[in-house]
Amino acid sequence: MAEVLVYVDHVDGAVRKPTLELLTLARRIGDPVAVALGAGAANTAATLAEHGAVKVLTDEAAEYADYLVVPKVDALQAAVEAVSAAGSLAAVLVPSSAEAKEIAARLALRIGSGVITDAVDVEADDKGPVATQSVFAASYSTKTRVSKGTPVITVKPNSAPVEAAPAAGTVEALSVTFSAQATGTKVTGRTPRESTGRPELTEAAIVVSGGRGVNGSENFSIIEALADSLGAAVGASRAAVDAGWYPHTNQVGQTGKSVSPQLYIANGISGAIQHRAGMQTSKTIVAVNKDAEAPIFDLVDYGVVGDLFEVVPQLTEEIKTRKG
Amino acid sequence: MSLRIVVTVKYVPDATGDRHFAEDLTVDRDDVDGLLSELDEYAVEQALQIADEADDAEITVLTVGPEDAKDALRKALSMGADKAIHVEDDDLHGTDAIGTSLVLAKAIEKAGYDLVISGMASTDGTMGVLPALVAERLGVPQVTLLSEVSVADGVVKGRRDGDTASEQLEASLPAVVSVTDQSGEARYPSFKGIMAAKKKPVQSWDLEDLEIEADEVGLDGSWTTVDSATERPARTAGTIVKDEGEGGKQLAEFLVGQKFI
Ligand SMILES: Cc1cc2nc3c(=O)[nH]c(=O)nc-3n(C[C@H](O)[C@H](O)[C@H](O)COP(=O)(O)OP(=O)(O)OC[C@H]3O[C@@H](n4cnc5c(N)ncnc54)[C@H](O)[C@@H]3O)c2cc1C
Ligand SMILES: Nc1ncnc2c1ncn2[C@@H]1O[C@H](COP(=O)(O)O)[C@@H](O)[C@H]1O
Repeated sequence: MAEVLVYVDHVDGAVRKPTLELLTLARRIGDPVAVALGAGAANTAATLAEHGAVKVLTDEAAEYADYLVVPKVDALQAAVEAVSAAGSLAAVLVPSSAEAKEIAARLALRIGSGVITDAVDVEADDKGPVATQSVFAASYSTKTRVSKGTPVITVKPNSAPVEAAPAAGTVEALSVTFSAQATGTKVTGRTPRESTGRPELTEAAIVVSGGRGVNGSENFSIIEALADSLGAAVGASRAAVDAGWYPHTNQVGQTGKSVSPQLYIANGISGAIQHRAGMQTSKTIVAVNKDAEAPIFDLVDYGVVGDLFEVVPQLTEEIKTRKG
Repeated sequence: MSLRIVVTVKYVPDATGDRHFAEDLTVDRDDVDGLLSELDEYAVEQALQIADEADDAEITVLTVGPEDAKDALRKALSMGADKAIHVEDDDLHGTDAIGTSLVLAKAIEKAGYDLVISGMASTDGTMGVLPALVAERLGVPQVTLLSEVSVADGVVKGRRDGDTASEQLEASLPAVVSVTDQSGEARYPSFKGIMAAKKKPVQSWDLEDLEIEADEVGLDGSWTTVDSATERPARTAGTIVKDEGEGGKQLAEFLVGQKFI
């Protein structure tokens, strides 16, 4: 069977959930071979093996952390060459993070392949993998194929279930020669994001968001309390972020995170096209807004026209009571 | 020595209008209102600020697109850019990201540059990969997705807010930069700016000027194929209740029914 390279997104050896989803998709196309780079790369192997990686190629060189993007492109290229030389390579799957998309694009250009970004599904077909994309703020759905070279496809979080599928996960050292460009952009400092203890926005099953209607950073505690009662991540509209009420890392929408949870609860958010672009593919959508004409109500499965300062705390209380 | 800045700007269909596909499954750009991609306004703004700081700088705005894309160039010129280049050729219709990066890279080289500044993503394609592709083609550092950027003594520095960390980056010029919408509000063109823009030079280049063969670009030269584009069915109308004091409880009831609680 052909092999599929899967680029591993991990933090010091802890594999992030979207990578496990990629393994589910990769198994539809061929045998997943994972590529893990940087500090802790080898520690990813056990988790990757559990989810179907037949092989895990690792390299822990310092360059991956010290320079931007290009060293990782060099490594993926080396992996493409190694796998192609030994057998046949059906595709390269990469998570749709901002950085991984840049890596994917440069890799595709180098190996003479087409690239598809932000797929929400990948299926096998006689003519190679077919990717589904959601475009124009999710008003259209397209099916796209790579027509030249080895398909390089980036896949959005929450596009496939995480499945256990034990495989060998044999660890092999990847030998990488860095290109002249590799050291072009130095990372001179890095401040890790502080964990809030809540689920990662893009990975969460439930997202509770607040917008301009929340009216002040101090009031975001109402949104957080609802999120915590559901074990949800907290999101915000750009209006709330621009007002300085909530960090930009939590922004949902075109220039923030794109989320696709099982449940999205929008509070005091009007539903502008740029916001919808980041949440319209959520399975179930709920909104609380005092304006019955707000466009967000066109999307909802359930909407409450009312004051969020009344409705949200009551909802939180009710959830707590029911959960005991 | 003058700092030569090239800003890449894209002409896109208005996101608040009705965007759709043409029969050949390319984005319909004829039938819809277009404008300078809002996210590229941030690139023009940062170019203007960097030019202000430099002793001597010249800003060229560059677009690859149909006839109407001139509107995007005019807008950037009225914000304060010095001159413009419009790459236009019938054979460009349907070009994908890889192809567009070839055209941009050739045009940037022909124009001459020390610094390229792009937006974080186009508002129609939203791939966010062109700056990386252009850097790869030019063989210069990519310093992308910056929320803060500065240039001094031939070095570009900036802050990139990533998923798991915020990074400080640094590279020597020439380099390709992209900036996010966190980099600072873009200015509005002044009346004076709008008048001045009418007199600023707009050069037109076609594929031959850039020594690009027709089959390297366009729909046929594209390395990806769109098989189908279907309009998503409108979401089925949901239940909407007016809060009469029990709205929170009713919502909880719905969530229980959906097994979220
Ligand atoms: C290039 C570009 C990119 C953008 N990217 C993004 C993006 O990534 N994400 C994003 O969100 N936006 C983005 N925007 C901005 C977007 O266009 C909207 O301006 C923004 O989403 C509005 O946020 P909002 O819904 O919170 O505010 P508003 O539109 O002001 O809506 C506030 C809502 O709260 C309701 N409300 C007020 N008080 C209460 C109350 N007490 N109880 C209940 N409801 C109440 C009001 O009825 C109103 O509907 C972008 C814009 C551009 C041009
Ligand atoms: N046709 C184009 N002409 C000029 N610049 C472009 C074009 N397409 C994309 N760009 C630039 O590349 C950035 C990222 O675009 P994209 O990768 O398409 O999301 C944009 O913000 C622009 O600066």
